Order: sequence, then structure tokens, then C-alpha cells
Amino acid sequence: MVELQWYIWLSLGVFIIGLMGFLTRRNLIIVFMSVELMLNAVNINLVAMSHYMQDMRGQMLTLFVIAVAAAEAAIGLAILIALFRTKAAGHVDEATELKG
Amino acid sequence: MMLQLFFAYLAVAILGLSLFIITRKNPVHSVLGMLFMFIHVGALYLLLNAEFLAAAQVIVYAGAILVLFLFAIMILNIKEELQTELFVGSWVMAIPVGAGLLIMLLLGLKSVKPLYTGTHTVEYIKNMTHTKAFGKELFANYLLPFELVSVILLVAIVGAIVLAKKKL
Repeated sequence: MVELQWYIWLSLGVFIIGLMGFLTRRNLIIVFMSVELMLNAVNINLVAMSHYMQDMRGQMLTLFVIAVAAAEAAIGLAILIALFRTKAAGHVDEATELKG
Repeated sequence: MMLQLFFAYLAVAILGLSLFIITRKNPVHSVLGMLFMFIHVGALYLLLNAEFLAAAQVIVYAGAILVLFLFAIMILNIKEELQTELFVGSWVMAIPVGAGLLIMLLLGLKSVKPLYTGTHTVEYIKNMTHTKAFGKELFANYLLPFELVSVILLVAIVGAIVLAKKKL
């Protein structure tokens, strides 16, 4: 029997790695991948909690998180393609219109 | 003992592959790392008796989302990508900040215990099979959120079409 603790620590590690990637990477596609990493960390946490609490609620939430992640990836990559077509910019520091 | 070994392997693989994803220069390598990471997370769900979610993880993440990423990578110029710098300006500062956050949360989450126990015990799910138990719960108590998810997916479809039009 693996302790609940270890699942939470694993999900924490994946979340921090995703956060670091999100904040430091320059390529926009990798930034989106880091968001997916963070969502996966949340999913691991929810399923582990659900298993150890013997309750289905966490797994319901996981299903919804997966659906939202799919929608987010579709919209995010559409925005990326639009940005690439109008400005030929694929990096986070090349789109600076809102800076003024 | 077998279970712990399996968990240790999965944990090491997931963490290692996560680091691999965010440190590769070539985005295609990152996507391949991500494919293996998603499959390992699916195996972790199997370890937690969630077969349906393991299948959904592999189908939706590895099957749909990763293909989307590969399509987006096609528009990038890989040759130019390999020459630009990997991280934005002050990435050196990010390492102590991330490590500090990690240590703080590790210590903070040292003693989490589930105080509440529900009715879906391992035996119950074993008797009913996971997919059936999951579906019963979903369509009995979570019908409205389930319907709302369809609206989110509709928004995603319409949004993607509008954003991908020739004239924005």
C-alpha cells in the first residue's frame, strides 16, 4: 500500500516543474505544454484523493478537467496560429503590443 | 512490495519526463516526452483503481491533444527555433524561487490524512466494475456539470474556427 503522501508529493513535483516551464520558457508551444503538465498534476492529486477517501467526486472532477484541458489546448493553439500568421511570432517576448 | 516498486518507477519516470519536456530545445522531442509521460500517468491511474480514467487519459491526452500540438509545431521554423535561446531573461532567479516553493509545500503537505470516507470502497467498485460505478455517479449526481462540459466544448469548436479564419 502506497501512502497518500507520496501521491501528493509526486503531483506537487510535477506541478512545480510545469509552473517553472510556464514562467521561464520562451517558446509558446512549450508554454502550453507546461499548462498541460500542471493540469495533469492536479488530476493525479484528485484521483489519489478520490481513491483514499473512497469517494467518486475527485474522479468526476478529473473527467471535467480533462474536457477543459482539451478545450484549452484547442483554443490556445488556434490563438498561437493566428499570432504566428499576423506577426510571425512564436515566442512569448515577441508579442508586446499590450505593453504600450 | 511490488506495488511500491511500481509506484517508484512511475514517479521517477513522470518527474524525469516532466523535466525532459521543459528543457528540450526541439519541440518535437518535448511532444514525444509528453506522450510517454501521459502513458505513465495513465498507468498511475490504473494503480489507483481508476480504469476508465486511465483509458480516457490515453485517448484524450495522448490521442487528441498531442496530435493538436504536433500540428501546431508544423507551423514553427525548427531551424530558427534551434538557434534561439531556450529561456526568457531572468530564468536563473526562477530556480531558487521554484525550489523554495517546492520545499515549503513539501513541508506543508507532510501530514495530509483523509478524514472523510465515502461509500465507494474498493470492494464496491470491484463488484460493480469501475466504469459502471463511475457512470452511475456521473449521470445521477453530476448531470448538470456534464451538460455544461458540452457547452465548453462547443465554445472551443466555435472559438477555434473563428480564430483560424483568414481575416481576423
